[in-house]
Amino acid sequence: MRKVVAMTGDQAAAEAMRQIEPDVVAAYPITPQTEIVMGFAQFVADGRVQTEMIPVESEHSAMSACVGAAASGARTMTATSANGLALMWEIVYIAASTRLPIVMPVVNRALSGPINIHCDHSDTMGARDSGWLQIYCENNQEVYENVIMAIRIAEHKDIRLPVMVCQDGFITSHAVEGIKLYDDKQVKEFIGAYQLEHSLLDIDKPVTYGPLDLQDFYFEHKRQQAEAIKNSLKAIPEIFAEFKKYFGSAYDFIDTYKLDDAELAIVALSSTAGTTKVVIDELRAQGKNVGLLRPRFFRPFPKEKIVRALSGLKAVAILDRSEAFSGQGGALFAEIRSALLDEPKRPLTVNYIYGLGGRDIDLQQIKSVYADLEKIVKAKKVKDLINYLGVR
Amino acid sequence: MANIKDLSEKIPERLGPGHRLCAGCGASIAVRQVLMGTEDPVVAVSATGCLEVATTIFPFTAWKIPFMHNAFENSASTISGIETAYRALKKQGKIKKEIKFIAFGGDGGTYDIGLQALSGALERGHNFVYCCYDNEAYMNTSIQRSSATPFGAATTTSPAGKVAAGKVQFRKDLTAIVAAHKIPYVAQGTISHWNDLVTKSQKAFAAQGPAFLNVLSMCHRGWRYPQENTVEIAKLAVETGFWPLIEVENGTWRFTHKPKERKPIEEFLKPQGRFAHLFKEENKHLIAEIQKEIDNNWTRLEHFCEASCKIT
Repeated sequence: MRKVVAMTGDQAAAEAMRQIEPDVVAAYPITPQTEIVMGFAQFVADGRVQTEMIPVESEHSAMSACVGAAASGARTMTATSANGLALMWEIVYIAASTRLPIVMPVVNRALSGPINIHCDHSDTMGARDSGWLQIYCENNQEVYENVIMAIRIAEHKDIRLPVMVCQDGFITSHAVEGIKLYDDKQVKEFIGAYQLEHSLLDIDKPVTYGPLDLQDFYFEHKRQQAEAIKNSLKAIPEIFAEFKKYFGSAYDFIDTYKLDDAELAIVALSSTAGTTKVVIDELRAQGKNVGLLRPRFFRPFPKEKIVRALSGLKAVAILDRSEAFSGQGGALFAEIRSALLDEPKRPLTVNYIYGLGGRDIDLQQIKSVYADLEKIVKAKKVKDLINYLGVR
Repeated sequence: MANIKDLSEKIPERLGPGHRLCAGCGASIAVRQVLMGTEDPVVAVSATGCLEVATTIFPFTAWKIPFMHNAFENSASTISGIETAYRALKKQGKIKKEIKFIAFGGDGGTYDIGLQALSGALERGHNFVYCCYDNEAYMNTSIQRSSATPFGAATTTSPAGKVAAGKVQFRKDLTAIVAAHKIPYVAQGTISHWNDLVTKSQKAFAAQGPAFLNVLSMCHRGWRYPQENTVEIAKLAVETGFWPLIEVENGTWRFTHKPKERKPIEEFLKPQGRFAHLFKEENKHLIAEIQKEIDNNWTRLEHFCEASCKIT
């Protein structure tokens, strides 16, 4: 049984959490994630889930409690945004290196300072080296489905890593869309039961978690984490296939729109892809061969898929919703450009930093990017490598 | 209260030999005495610090019970997560046994950087014991001052010098701060009075809700005394009133041991190198200040005991 319900992105995340019914949720409210925590707290208060919720006194304690709970064999979740993620930082790394399958919806918001509550990707892009997997969602339906899928990904025996499910603050988190919900029973069946191999609560087989790890082992443990990320590229497609079998939705590491015969393309994460698709339809009607690539995963970084999709194009504009202050463009640009470097036939690439602090990205701006790409192709070179879109 | 031989036979060793804490370290003695407080299985957490780095060096561990180290400031929130997972899984019938939970932290991890996490966990009412092994400075990183460092003590960040006589502030009264959370059980103890400490630990583990033990734990490296004198120094802390043995049981304050006559504070200060500069002629007035603070604190505690007895 499926039903279509009007929900915000935050509500969609909370609804997925209700169906997952984790053993433990430890969370702290922060705009624009707050509705996830509020929504879930209501499910607990109404007895609709058995989850034990820990209303912690900070995000640092939220992630700390999640680490403790996950090491005790509990299916564990939290959610956060921006400064909350920044406050968790230290423990975000510990969660990944301890290989704990915590799933965390993150509602992307500009990181202070100056303080700003609106969307950009500076929060999760800063956590890109933490060892977490990162999924970016275009719309509310994807938020809902990715949160469910993330449980299986995090707990997969070849992965065992925490997962962030990112959505755009306010743009999707507070926008109402019709989403197709799946049956509770079916979701439960899909995620299955969870059993941690070495639990702190297994008092007959005591284990030590978090020991001091010095020059003789730390490096090997980091190398194992890198291997797990590599493994995830193989294991995640199994979960995509199973998700399709259960619910019908087809997923991949990347999403493309009219890219097969395109000469010019934009690469963008999350909701900006929706805006770009509208522009593509308009430009296609004018006979222009334009397309879109939207990475759904930034970790693992789907290099092969991205390279295959882009290598035949003439010019590609990569849009970053965060500044890296490197003089080499945003994180998405730097990694994609680097991935393309070994291709004998590679497109010209250009970077646009846009939408910081929730600055609107509109159709006109996207159109101007495609117009710039035409000029780049004509000139056969990129004049300005890094551009700021929509800044005064 | 059983004798220590009975206790050690009844309760298996939980922190095994082979750890790398210094000979004469107060922390391991404190941990072993506190872990004698329950016959139930125990899961332990430790904040980053001497206790953690010296008991777990991968691939070895001295812990014979489930143990987790997460970070420096979060042992209280980490144990919150573990205890909550236990309740969640027990409710679902996935765990049947009765398990107790304890978080350890040094004074740095408890009085300073971990105070917020501790306060949060106490307020939420998790069923756990928090034990602060208070050695009055950041010993693991070479004796830096903390808010538990006593007035006048020289540390590497509050050194005694030509114009400074060690730490200029009096220590924070964490026990009173914790008691203000109105949790079921709060106590101060130390290793020389093991019977007192084990009894307090038994009460802490038996409490329904959070319990807190503040255990003065000697560090001969930081306090500068010969390592064989650890227990002797602990005794002097009690006998001079520097470390009153008190408990707060359901809001009622009580001395669990009162020296017949409190010894002058010099007897505690004198054997420790960290206070050596106080005995210079020009600093002697500081000793009088310390004595005054100890006397005032004692009077204050007596008032607490008297006043809280009247509340039912």
